[in-house]
Amino acid sequence: MSGLTKSPWIIHYDASSCNGCDIEVLACLTPLYDVERFGILNTGNPKHADIFVVTGSVNEQNREVIKNIYDQMPKPNVVIGVGICACSGGVFKECYNVAGGVGQVIPVDVYVPGCSVRPEQIIDGVVKALGILEEKRAAFAAENKGKKTDKSNAGEKKEGGN
Amino acid sequence: MHKEEQTITEVTVENLVSEVSKMYDEGYRLIQIGCGKYDDIFEINYSFDKDYRFVNLRLKITEGVVVPSITGVYLCAFIYENEIHDLFGVSIKDIAIDFKGNLIKTSIKNPFNTPTVTKVKAARPAKTENAAAAGAKADGKTETKPEAKADAGSKKEEA
Amino acid sequence: MAGRIVVPFGPQHPVLPEPIHLDLVLEDERVVEAIPSIGYVHRGLEKLVEKRDFKDFVYIAERICGICSFTHSVGYCKAIESIMDLQVPERAQYLRTIWSEYSRLHSHLLWLGLYADAMGFENLFMNAWKIRESILDAMEETTGGRVIQGVCKVGGVRRDISDAKLKEMTSKLDSIGGEIEDLCHVFFDDASVKHRSVGVGMLSKEDAHKLGAVGPVAKGSGIALDLRQTGYSAYGSLDFKPIVETGCDCYARCIVRAKELAQSVDLIKQAAANIPAGDIEVKVKGNPDGEYFSRVEQPRGECIHYVKANGSKNILRERVRTPSSANIPPLVKMLEGCQMADVPVIVLSIDPCIGCAER
Repeated sequence: MSGLTKSPWIIHYDASSCNGCDIEVLACLTPLYDVERFGILNTGNPKHADIFVVTGSVNEQNREVIKNIYDQMPKPNVVIGVGICACSGGVFKECYNVAGGVGQVIPVDVYVPGCSVRPEQIIDGVVKALGILEEKRAAFAAENKGKKTDKSNAGEKKEGGN
Repeated sequence: MHKEEQTITEVTVENLVSEVSKMYDEGYRLIQIGCGKYDDIFEINYSFDKDYRFVNLRLKITEGVVVPSITGVYLCAFIYENEIHDLFGVSIKDIAIDFKGNLIKTSIKNPFNTPTVTKVKAARPAKTENAAAAGAKADGKTETKPEAKADAGSKKEEA
Repeated sequence: MAGRIVVPFGPQHPVLPEPIHLDLVLEDERVVEAIPSIGYVHRGLEKLVEKRDFKDFVYIAERICGICSFTHSVGYCKAIESIMDLQVPERAQYLRTIWSEYSRLHSHLLWLGLYADAMGFENLFMNAWKIRESILDAMEETTGGRVIQGVCKVGGVRRDISDAKLKEMTSKLDSIGGEIEDLCHVFFDDASVKHRSVGVGMLSKEDAHKLGAVGPVAKGSGIALDLRQTGYSAYGSLDFKPIVETGCDCYARCIVRAKELAQSVDLIKQAAANIPAGDIEVKVKGNPDGEYFSRVEQPRGECIHYVKANGSKNILRERVRTPSSANIPPLVKMLEGCQMADVPVIVLSIDPCIGCAER
């Protein structure tokens, strides 16, 4: 199952970013930075994705959208907040329609600050996230293994009880 | 230094549509409609351009006055009129495509019509605060190992 | 005929880098009506003038959009400078022109890439973005930032470019120019590009005028509207003509942008050759008092920065009308009667920048 971290799929959502970080996320995919050489693929479908990259800050309109995308992603997964707006709201923190960082809505594993972030930083953030993803995967596998035995035990007990 | 000549003509609620029609007949293009609130007066600017000649019509109204829509003349005004309605709470009558306050949905109603800006939500978990502080530090576009700070944020999250 | 159905498009959609939502009313595969709904990235930054003084607001203005960032700061600074009657030194005006044209190059290359991607032409997307990186390198070497530069300030610019560096940039542009030519050749002549864009998303000249189209959308419909002709910054002393196409379709808009690449390269070379020596900024004393509508030509078209101030350090009102919001009514018109499968291409053909449109 370590194939998960060998080729993670990414979904990107622009919360209320100014575009600066979005185009840098896209730039990561193009020939100069080319994250595909690490097996990282960009997908538009949350159900295919392992890594959720969010740029920009949260507002009342997109709160539900972010939550929805996150809920649709298979577990285990990691969330990366890219750009200072996704961390805290950044330069727009005091705007009436900005509620703050992405951490308010969903748990974020890696924050990549910067305005705007450089592609190198984003790649660093993703690589960092891969480590966390691997840990989560191991924990998830162990937990599930436990669950399966628990269930079978429970089943046996039940049978025994009857 | 380049400075454009800009004429500003005042109009009233009564002659707004006829003045705008005149501009249309003369072949002007509607550039924008913008609103501002100064004390109790709403100032709405209708800007036009023809061969780079900039002309502005200005309408001054008080709260509660209903402004006629100019979408009958310039259809594209719907985007600006809806915006003014949503942000300032100015009521505009007969917009061709009326979003009824749903073009720009804001967390507080008519934000530009309130004297002070109220913050949406202040309550945030402490861990985000830390990451934010780290983020603010690295915001100066310096290459001071931002990933280390990102790491600090993530470690806290993990813990 | 089947009944009408409504298909929601966005806000999160594989073809859209940014969230915009459209309700498409369909009759079979044909779109009969498109209703846009925006507001996903509205921040309300115009209101921040109450908390930032007029010099600091340049940083906010620059972050209205990460693609047209430099031209936004020029537009805002020009408004303040016009109110205060500041004489910005010639050298600063030329530098602003050079950086504006660099951002046009990067924006158009970005768009050509995204457009190719919307057509499913992945290879062309990658090629356009590869060239774009060398433009961003030049930006970074001269300003320190890739997409947000932070060099423009009220009264001038923060950094100078040495003459040696200008020479180096010009010679690099020669080779970039060759690459751009090869790239444009594909957009001009390739059968699959033509198949997807010729005759798609028609917008007649009358409609473009009536609906207030700006930038390449207007230029692609035969309207020679280019604010650079008003001669702000150093454009008054440079030789250029707006590029106009009369096809009125997505192909025409694409050709306009492709041709503007070569034009921008030429303008940068002209500016680099004629740049005068001297200061790069003028000292700003006092606070602005008055109002001004500042107009600049961004990669996406005409952008207005309206500033009203009363002599205090916080300006009263800043209103931005960005080219993308002016191009939304023409987009709605273009979508009427198109095929469902063409929607992504048509939406992209206006080069929507939602961050700009909603602020």
